[in-house]
Amino acid sequence: MTKRSVQNISTIPDEGIDKGAQRLTPDQVSRVIRRHLEEEGGARLKVYTETCVHCGLCSDACHFYLSHDHDPKFSPAGKVKQTLDKIIRKKGRVSIDFIKKTAEIAFTECNLCRRCVMYCPFGIDVAYLMLFLRRICHKLGVVPQYIQDTAHSHAATMNQMWVKDDEWIDTLHWQEDEARDEIPDLRIPLEKQGADIFYSVIGPEPKFRAQMIYQAAVIMNAAGMDWTMPATPGWDNSDMCMYTGDEEMVARLKKVHFETAMRLKTKRIVMGECGHAYRSVHDVGNRHLGWKMSPLPVMHAIEFYYELFKDRKLKVNQKYDAPVTLHDPCNVVRGGGLHEMARYVINETCSRFVEMHPNREHNYCCGAGGGVINCGPPYTNKRVVSNRVKADQLADAKARGAKTIIAPCHNCFGGLEDIVKHYGLGMEIKFLGDVIYECMDKE
Amino acid sequence: MNHSQWDWNVGKKAIADLSQWQNAFEWVEEPYASPDGEMLAAIVKTGDSEFSVCENGGLWENYFDKIWYLRFGPDNSTVALVSQDSMWTVAVGGQPWENRYDFVWDTRFSKNGKHIIVAAVSENKYFAVTDGAAWEQAYSFLTNLTVSDDGNNTAAVVQSIPFNSGDIFKFQQGCYTAAVNGETWDNNFLNVWEMNFSPDGRHLAAEARRTLFDYTIVVDGRPWDNNFSSVWKPQFNPADGSVTAPVREPGGWALARNGEIIWDERFLQLWHHQYSADGKNIAAIVAPEYGQRTIAVNGKPWSLTFNNLVTDLVISPDGNRVACSARAARKWLIAADGKRWDETFDMAWAPVFSPDSRHIAAKVEKNGRFFIFIDGKPLKIDFTAAWAPVFSPDSDKLLVKGIGGENEGQYCRYVFKLSALLV
Ligand code: SF4
Ligand code: SF4
Repeated sequence: MTKRSVQNISTIPDEGIDKGAQRLTPDQVSRVIRRHLEEEGGARLKVYTETCVHCGLCSDACHFYLSHDHDPKFSPAGKVKQTLDKIIRKKGRVSIDFIKKTAEIAFTECNLCRRCVMYCPFGIDVAYLMLFLRRICHKLGVVPQYIQDTAHSHAATMNQMWVKDDEWIDTLHWQEDEARDEIPDLRIPLEKQGADIFYSVIGPEPKFRAQMIYQAAVIMNAAGMDWTMPATPGWDNSDMCMYTGDEEMVARLKKVHFETAMRLKTKRIVMGECGHAYRSVHDVGNRHLGWKMSPLPVMHAIEFYYELFKDRKLKVNQKYDAPVTLHDPCNVVRGGGLHEMARYVINETCSRFVEMHPNREHNYCCGAGGGVINCGPPYTNKRVVSNRVKADQLADAKARGAKTIIAPCHNCFGGLEDIVKHYGLGMEIKFLGDVIYECMDKE
Repeated sequence: MNHSQWDWNVGKKAIADLSQWQNAFEWVEEPYASPDGEMLAAIVKTGDSEFSVCENGGLWENYFDKIWYLRFGPDNSTVALVSQDSMWTVAVGGQPWENRYDFVWDTRFSKNGKHIIVAAVSENKYFAVTDGAAWEQAYSFLTNLTVSDDGNNTAAVVQSIPFNSGDIFKFQQGCYTAAVNGETWDNNFLNVWEMNFSPDGRHLAAEARRTLFDYTIVVDGRPWDNNFSSVWKPQFNPADGSVTAPVREPGGWALARNGEIIWDERFLQLWHHQYSADGKNIAAIVAPEYGQRTIAVNGKPWSLTFNNLVTDLVISPDGNRVACSARAARKWLIAADGKRWDETFDMAWAPVFSPDSRHIAAKVEKNGRFFIFIDGKPLKIDFTAAWAPVFSPDSDKLLVKGIGGENEGQYCRYVFKLSALLV
């Protein structure tokens, strides 16, 4: 059992929320909320809020609730009760302090992981309700500073990390140069019109994890793929605006992403290992643009690796030997059903696999998703303390032999790093691409 | 560009043998064909960290440490971004510009190909460069390089006011604007995105965001009176110079002129509107219902819709016909005037109208081979690589450019008489 934290995690100072709230008047709060309820509070909101019978069956699904010793404040229905229920009952006439608290709950006490939906007899989607609240906060200008800054970066640069147009291209040149030391004829083909694949990544890859682009290039090269990357904005598939409630920017970001694929005339987009970006292209951004599905085929890295192994395009020299466990990312497993494909790839590349429990669509969220990790350092402690069950789950896998955690999602990777460190679990974390790169035949 | 100077004699010309290049060089990157089809060029590796461009079998006289973004200009010149000793510039036909920069990208051409424009950075300052001459002003950030048709005017989105990392409130006061030929507009905005010059290059219209929630169109620095919950790229009417843009209203997307809605119809999506040359007709890509895309002409959507996407909207020279490529039921196709060609493809490129507006040709891909279709029927030749077909100025002939039509690796240009193709 991992150690329990008794830390007080009541309201945390955040300039985005505090200063944002200072600009508000009570009148403005009720006006903006009332208008929002009229314009966007449709049937779905009504059904969800009116159907909940407060049975509490969703509580045990939520890692916040479980990690806070079954404190009802952290149960899915409890979070709705403290926030949205009051807003609707009072028709938006709530205080500015109430909005601040609502922002903290909606942005940092729910990962939008949708685990609770599976346990609610009525299928009430609490994540949808928390997103509804986040959109209200966005319209009131009360959003945690770090994630709002990320949304600004998306708006200014079309990527999450303020990466300038030339820095992106320069990073690809740099990674191509590095990789040529290992594979002399390797290319990262830029702007190759008509290639089969547009390989897209999230902003943090060129900024902090450029070696992942290197690894992807080595994989593409060994598998003989016809691929390209754009030299224009539109390369970033990520979408923090989806989590700040800025739906207009979500549409703008996905437009430039899909239209980059159309301009390059690629037949499909293959995404790196990111969960929220998958949700954004498959489920959210496409709908904001009036598409039921993504307009072009989009594959998550898990599906792509699966295809490469299934088609025998990649060979493994020696399997990864340390026992591994798999963290099923919410957005690609509960949201996308890619869990068996991930296991297939692990089976192809690793000699020993230890399931964590629960797993697949029942896996606990990493605690970082839904933009929570993007709310930044003020909430890091709260985030890891609020996911003690994840630490317990990992410790159990470790007790059964697992040494390496495979996390095929950037947010999960970051969130698990913090959990492993905080709870002193001493486990290594890897992307699937790391493992494939280590084991594959690169010729 | 005036295509009348090109060789329009019917027949085939074998121009280059790519397989020979592949034997001669350590590697050959994807080749490009010139607009007139007379040249084939590719970046080749000639030695250790040494690159050049092979044009019709001959090498540029200069070698570079790195070369990328090789393209042909409209005047058939080969243009690439090149680096020597870690400094970058543009090379035209192998001759680098005298001035060099820390980095250059986003090559643009004037319509006649006489001017070449790139975005550039030196010592962390960003600017545009035309034919080797840089803007006098430079900025800490630059994106969305935009060029007038004649290439004499350039614009870009720039950061005009500095803000510290994480200062979200300063950002929300508006720290970006457009710079035209280096000079910024007087007004700042949260964001400025896609822009367009008027046909004469004297005016610039842009998408902008004034607050986190208020979007509008800005023309020469002055925002429209009305705000919207979103907008897409504006266009100038070539006849009267007025500016139109898709705007999002509570009932859906609509087309607005100078801030006022001009189409009665509302759509779930509306973008990429385009004017006919006489300014009388406007065509746009629209979503008449959720999950469906089509073309609307003057607000009236085609009854034919596509469930994946519509792109490459093209208006005929006479302004009366509209064509596009589209994806439906996971297959690509070409459609024109509300009807689709029968065949479906793995990929379809932008359709091309004949100058007399009577015919449409397009490059398409099926089962790994490239074909040229005209008015829905394939030419009897297919390729391992091909380029967009070009009609002769008299609409009588079709220029086709492809590799591997008859001999593997051989690049040829073919001129066909339309009357022979359309029997
Ligand atoms: S979506 Fe996840 S984090 Fe949010 S309330 Fe439900 S279970 Fe908890
Ligand atoms: S399980 Fe469903 S009905 Fe029961 S409390 Fe949770 S949200 Fe409400």
